[in-house]
Amino acid sequence: MAKKEWPLWEVFIRNKQGLSHKHVGSLRAADAEMAVENARDVYTRRSEGVSIWVVESNHIHASHPADADALFEPAHSKVYRHPTFYDVPDGIEHM
Amino acid sequence: MEERNVEELERRFQEKIDNDIRIEPNDWMPDRYRETLIRQISQHAHSEIVGMLPEGNWITRAPNLRRKAVLLAKVQDEAGHGLYLYSATETLGADREETIDDLHSGKAKYSSIFNYPTLTWADMGAIGWLVDGAAIMNQVPLCRCSYGPYARAMVRICKEESFHQRQGFEIMTQLAQGTPQQKEMAQDALNRFWWPALMMFGPSDGDSKHTQQSMRWKIKRHTNDELRQQFVDVTVPQAELIGLTIPDEDLKWNEELGHYDFGPINWDEFWNVVAGNGPCNKDRIDTRRRAKEEGEWVREAANAYAEKRRMKKAS
Repeated sequence: MAKKEWPLWEVFIRNKQGLSHKHVGSLRAADAEMAVENARDVYTRRSEGVSIWVVESNHIHASHPADADALFEPAHSKVYRHPTFYDVPDGIEHM
Repeated sequence: MEERNVEELERRFQEKIDNDIRIEPNDWMPDRYRETLIRQISQHAHSEIVGMLPEGNWITRAPNLRRKAVLLAKVQDEAGHGLYLYSATETLGADREETIDDLHSGKAKYSSIFNYPTLTWADMGAIGWLVDGAAIMNQVPLCRCSYGPYARAMVRICKEESFHQRQGFEIMTQLAQGTPQQKEMAQDALNRFWWPALMMFGPSDGDSKHTQQSMRWKIKRHTNDELRQQFVDVTVPQAELIGLTIPDEDLKWNEELGHYDFGPINWDEFWNVVAGNGPCNKDRIDTRRRAKEEGEWVREAANAYAEKRRMKKAS
């Protein structure tokens, strides 16, 4: 039998209720269940989590760094999307 | 894909580094930057893993349950640190299994400090205090390393590492305040680990072949000698406070420089241990190799079980 390395998993941890899961790193495990158990041991030894997500790394689709300019440039020129773009007369409150 | 000029890419890369913009896994990077990082991070990972062995030696013989629980937690942390770092090498395209095999074949190095034996319980104190202390001094600047995944791993590691040093210093303090025999044991451990701890910072700046380029790439922020001096300066007063003597006749406070002067390091010993001739080099590598071989069937069984469950789910 050809040697097979365990697949790579990306680990996301929710620190506490009310916060979203955040990427913390990766690890190898034979299946999802083992990935969750390993993530518990590797990334939450000091009560850093109340919930764990694991996703097989090859299921992640990412934007390419070389495309970043074209991808994100359209937002740069639209400063009117920010409240600081607008003049508010002195004396106006609650706006 | 359009033809790009490597020189132009390198220029833009260095510009990012100069502006303190972190490099992330899929960004373009010079091959040598990638190779340097793989070498350094994997060496670091190996050190964490091999570093478990000298301390693992004492888990079953810790003097009480509190010390045993602490030592277990510390050794478990080292395993975790190794894993964060192996993962970081994988983001650079290194193959995990090959990386580990390079350690086992002797192609890859690890910190030479772990090739010294742990002869008494006081060595657990000396290791935590000096070895982890030196490691922290090395690692804190790495939290600002230019490569994102390495820097992030180092932030986690440094956070966890600080208890390692404190527990070691606590052991030394208690022994130093104990019976004459206990104090002698603490002093003996300090005598044996002091110089190897200073060697942990690596060769002197003049002999360090990677330092200059690594500093330009902001992988490294301080030279070996700067960090070594910093370590001596903070550690000497700690030894004095608990009544232990640093084994260095030339050690003297230099009022003018505001630093301690210290004696010459035996670099022959350092290079000899790096070359594989330290007291425990062979034993450490044999142990790691055996662990991999004897765990092979477990990894295969886990694969087979995962496969079986996939098939069951599919049917």
